[in-house]
Amino acid sequence: MDLHVEGVKKVYGDGPTARLALDETSFTVESGQFISIVGPSGCGKSTLLMMMAGLLKPTAGGIRLGSTPISGPPPGVAVVFQDYGRSLFPWMTVGKNLSMAAAADKLPKAEVARRVDEALTAVDLAGTQALYPWQMSGGMQQRVAIARALVIEPTVMLMDEPLAAVDAQTRADLEDLVLALRDRYDMTVAMVTHDIDEAVYVADRVIVLAAHPGRLIADIPVDLGRRDQLTTKAEPEFVKRRAEVFTLVRRPAATSSAGSDAELDGRPPELKA
Amino acid sequence: MPDPSGATSTLTSAPPPPPAGDKAPTTRVPRRKRPFGRRLVSGVSSLWLLVAIAILWQVVAPLSPTLYFPPLSKIFVQFGQDWFTGDPSSLFLSQHFFDAALPSLRRLAPGWGLALVVGIPVGILLGRSAVAAAMYFPFIRFWLAEPKSAIIPVAVQIFGIADSMNVFLIFVGTVGLIIVNTADGVAGVDRMTLQTARSLRISPFTLYRRVLVPAAMPGILTGVRVSIGVALILMVISELYATTAGVGYEILLNQQSFKFLQMWSAFLLIGVISVLLNVVLELIEKRVLRWQRREGLSGQ
Repeated sequence: MDLHVEGVKKVYGDGPTARLALDETSFTVESGQFISIVGPSGCGKSTLLMMMAGLLKPTAGGIRLGSTPISGPPPGVAVVFQDYGRSLFPWMTVGKNLSMAAAADKLPKAEVARRVDEALTAVDLAGTQALYPWQMSGGMQQRVAIARALVIEPTVMLMDEPLAAVDAQTRADLEDLVLALRDRYDMTVAMVTHDIDEAVYVADRVIVLAAHPGRLIADIPVDLGRRDQLTTKAEPEFVKRRAEVFTLVRRPAATSSAGSDAELDGRPPELKA
Repeated sequence: MPDPSGATSTLTSAPPPPPAGDKAPTTRVPRRKRPFGRRLVSGVSSLWLLVAIAILWQVVAPLSPTLYFPPLSKIFVQFGQDWFTGDPSSLFLSQHFFDAALPSLRRLAPGWGLALVVGIPVGILLGRSAVAAAMYFPFIRFWLAEPKSAIIPVAVQIFGIADSMNVFLIFVGTVGLIIVNTADGVAGVDRMTLQTARSLRISPFTLYRRVLVPAAMPGILTGVRVSIGVALILMVISELYATTAGVGYEILLNQQSFKFLQMWSAFLLIGVISVLLNVVLELIEKRVLRWQRREGLSGQ
């Protein structure tokens, strides 16, 4: 199912203290696509993802999954949050954490157990059902969070900077893992990230947001074929796209022609003389 | 919001260092047990103060001119005579023990039990609803500030000299603490945890039972642990004022009859009951919260 983001806008507060977190944004994610959403701090990327997840109501516009508008977390959509320490339930074992994901669908116990098994195996954590999250390393915990997303056999997986809290080597492994899972389960994936290399490496398409106010400034296709941590990053297409995204994110003044807020050069406006 | 009892729930700490390689351990991680010698030393060192006081008491008491201050050894003897002359079937507890302790516990249990049954759900509600909290918290704060012993005459006026007076007092004196600590625990549940639960689309009932209440348990159990102390105080005080049976009554009766050894013995009994209750609650707390990784004093 395609995911349609239609004129979505988010304003916090009202009156003079209103803050425009994300200006009207529209794009469509085709079924099975892997998009990354990247931008500087304050560009509204997490806000956008939360609205796509149905966890935040847009001030204007809407989001459709297929032909159904989203109002609240839709079935078949799984979310992986950045801070696994606060997202996994520490009073439950890994197995219980995962079976909680299946609780909403009221599946029979045997089926739940099977799915939990399969999900853990898919993330290379087979047999860890009896462990508590705090008994595992950060990378393992994030894999548990990903496994929990897999339990519902989602059609769409939304990830909010899932690899930000994880060390660089684990990050590389998890990037490849998520790609493999997308292929294996034929999911649509949207990943928010601040890491430009990662954004280009994993995605079929990179959605670039700018800040002050948050808004979509580019939608860049990435044509790279099979990904490999070593070789892909040396390919000309990767280098080209990376430069493109980097310029858009870090030096938008060099590319944008419009708007008074094109003076972004990494410093907050208030600090300029 | 500030916790009026002074106790705060502990924070979870970062996960322990990863096992070698990032391989998943497939067996349960064994709990570290300290070597016996170290545990013995630690156990003894935590008791040294008690032992020191006991020795001091034993030495000083025979020297004091007053009758009110008998030596500890004599008190222990009296203690045994008062409460432990029964047969093995009743754990050696004497009939006197049952005559004194049971009436007290028969007031403590309903009073404190009712406070839990009422206080925890109300606390959960107030923790969840900012509106309800704004409406009721001023009243509850005023209530907590009021010394409950001041309510005794009121309680006697309403209930007369009956068990219901004691039960009422204990209830009224502990329910506020439980409500506030529970609300604190519930309101303090990590927003991320609740966001996650929402994204999992679990039903409201399951949300409360398997996410919210377990997450709020540190706060709830703090309220439980703190309130038992207050409940015991109110149990004893209410018996000093107007009753015909109970451990507090025993202390008063013996004091008024100048039977000081028996007075101390009853006093010691209350202490033992109190310690036992606290230990039981602490064990329950440790078990329920075994998922918490604690830093600081309560850590290994």
